[in-house]
Amino acid sequence: MEFLVASAIGVMTAAGIYMVLRARTFPVVIGLSLLTYATNLFLFATGRLAIGRPPVISADAAGYIDPLPQALVLTAIVISFGMTAVVVVMALRAYLETGNDHVDLPGDASPEATEDDWKLRGRKPAPARGGRGGRA
Amino acid sequence: MNHLLILPILLPAVVGALLVLAARHDSVLARSFAVASTVLMLGIAVALLVLASDGQVRSYALGAWPAPFGIVLALDRLSALMLVLTAVLGLGVLLYAIGGWDQRGKHFHPLFQFELMGINGAFLTGDFFNLFVFFEILLIASYGLMVHGGGGLRVKAGVQYVITNLVGSSVFLIAVGMIYSVTGTLNMADLARIVPQVPAADQALLQTGAVLLLLVFAVKAALVPLHFWLPGTYANAPGPVAALFAIMTKVGAYSIIRLYVLAFGADAGEAAWLAAPWLLPAGLLTLVLGMTGVLAARSLGQMASFAVIGSMGMLLATVAVFTPQATSAALYYLIHSTLAAGALFLVADLVAERRGAQRDRFAAAPRIAQGGLVGGLFFVAAIAMTGMPPLSGFIGKLLVLDGVRASAHATWFWALILSTSLIAIVGFSRAGSFVFWKAYALPAAPAPGYRPDGALSFVAVGGLLACLVLLTAFAGPVHAWLELAAAQLYAPAGYIDAVLGTAQGVR
Repeated sequence: MEFLVASAIGVMTAAGIYMVLRARTFPVVIGLSLLTYATNLFLFATGRLAIGRPPVISADAAGYIDPLPQALVLTAIVISFGMTAVVVVMALRAYLETGNDHVDLPGDASPEATEDDWKLRGRKPAPARGGRGGRA
Repeated sequence: MNHLLILPILLPAVVGALLVLAARHDSVLARSFAVASTVLMLGIAVALLVLASDGQVRSYALGAWPAPFGIVLALDRLSALMLVLTAVLGLGVLLYAIGGWDQRGKHFHPLFQFELMGINGAFLTGDFFNLFVFFEILLIASYGLMVHGGGGLRVKAGVQYVITNLVGSSVFLIAVGMIYSVTGTLNMADLARIVPQVPAADQALLQTGAVLLLLVFAVKAALVPLHFWLPGTYANAPGPVAALFAIMTKVGAYSIIRLYVLAFGADAGEAAWLAAPWLLPAGLLTLVLGMTGVLAARSLGQMASFAVIGSMGMLLATVAVFTPQATSAALYYLIHSTLAAGALFLVADLVAERRGAQRDRFAAAPRIAQGGLVGGLFFVAAIAMTGMPPLSGFIGKLLVLDGVRASAHATWFWALILSTSLIAIVGFSRAGSFVFWKAYALPAAPAPGYRPDGALSFVAVGGLLACLVLLTAFAGPVHAWLELAAAQLYAPAGYIDAVLGTAQGVR
């Protein structure tokens, strides 16, 4: 069980970091979610893994499991859920205001992203449909 | 238990909620509530400062649950100082915003109150999971403030800021989990008691957790190589918000001072002075990079951002010496750099408002309205930020140079601080002559679309600069008080006894 939980946390973290490093906002949001899932599992595991043990005092318990990490995970879930909603809204707003979903700011972005930033640079998009700008 | 301790958190929480519910459509009501709340907060902070000046650490157990089982707030000299600093800066920024800027988007005032609540909470809490929660509160409010007024570029910079901080929050939780799994406590005082007893087999986990936590605080404090989010965020944030954010980097610095002196200090056994070998080189590197950035900046806002990075580097490198003398110097510099950075961002906004399409970029633009006054304010703020006499930046740098004399790395400090000061002076002079002097070569024409704002914005900037003058005039007494604060930090027994005192009776 330890191996399963540990590798699940590891794989999710690795996938999350990979996705966070992508250039567009949608994969980054997915990556952030994966990272928070991994974090929540990790926090849960800090109370040690055990099966069938009560967290609160009872007369016939052979042993106990630490209830505090579970309370921490609840807090972490609530906060990360809210934060994911915030980042989705902000990413959508940025997409609507600038006409593209690149994470980079214009100027320090890839050539493709700089080209897409027609709205910010005050250029009209090329006549072709789709909102893509002409070559600078 | 003194209920005054919880008021700096409770007051903005209640007022913020009231502002959302009752004063949403009435700007006069919202402004009066916000100002009243911030003035009251300043009063409470000063009262707490007076209270803490007797050298006793006070703790407040929320819900009367004794530490380490419940969450506690703890007030010592350092916390009280940070509360006063927050309230002073907050009041200055609020007065500036009321000059008309706060009407550009909705909900500025509630977000502002929640921001202050998060910052105050982070300074008061004695529990490091609770510290995470207050970090989140201040971050959530800052996300809203950061994109206040909107605009494509600003929202895009805001997305980057949110992403960086969400990753930071994940790392924070992982670090907290690691430390908890070894020590079984979330209370800072209890952690300080348990860390020396951690067996050698668990040391690796404990120290990894502690360094990860340092990493998170370094992100907040914009330490190289984790500074990359700051220039984009601060330069694209609205001026008053950037000025308020000057205190947010200090929340990271405060957390480093608090946790790594208290729990990983002299008594921590194998984990003693865990932060020093990482913090010192990173701090010095940050100083160099920040001040070089001042020279490379393309706008006033960007320049102020890099000046903030540089000052954080100097502050944290000095903290990393971990002696009471160096820490008291660092605290003096902390007060100074917060107020100076706040004033500088507000001046940059004054300029940007008056220059139309050129904003605060270093490009030729006609003379601006009230150019003499704005230029004078910039001159004073620049003197403060670069650390030239006669203002408090100079005294701060002298104290730092003197405070690190006993350190093995004193040569590095002296060489880097003195050379970067020169670079910063060159950078600021270039900016000043570009923005204020070169304008005289162009035909005078009022920038289009400018409407003169009231005297309030000048009062706000002048007030912050006046605080710097006061800090210079009363440098002696202030530094003597800060030496006591540093001595209190390096004698953690008092803090631990005050927080855990009630629990000892239970056991």
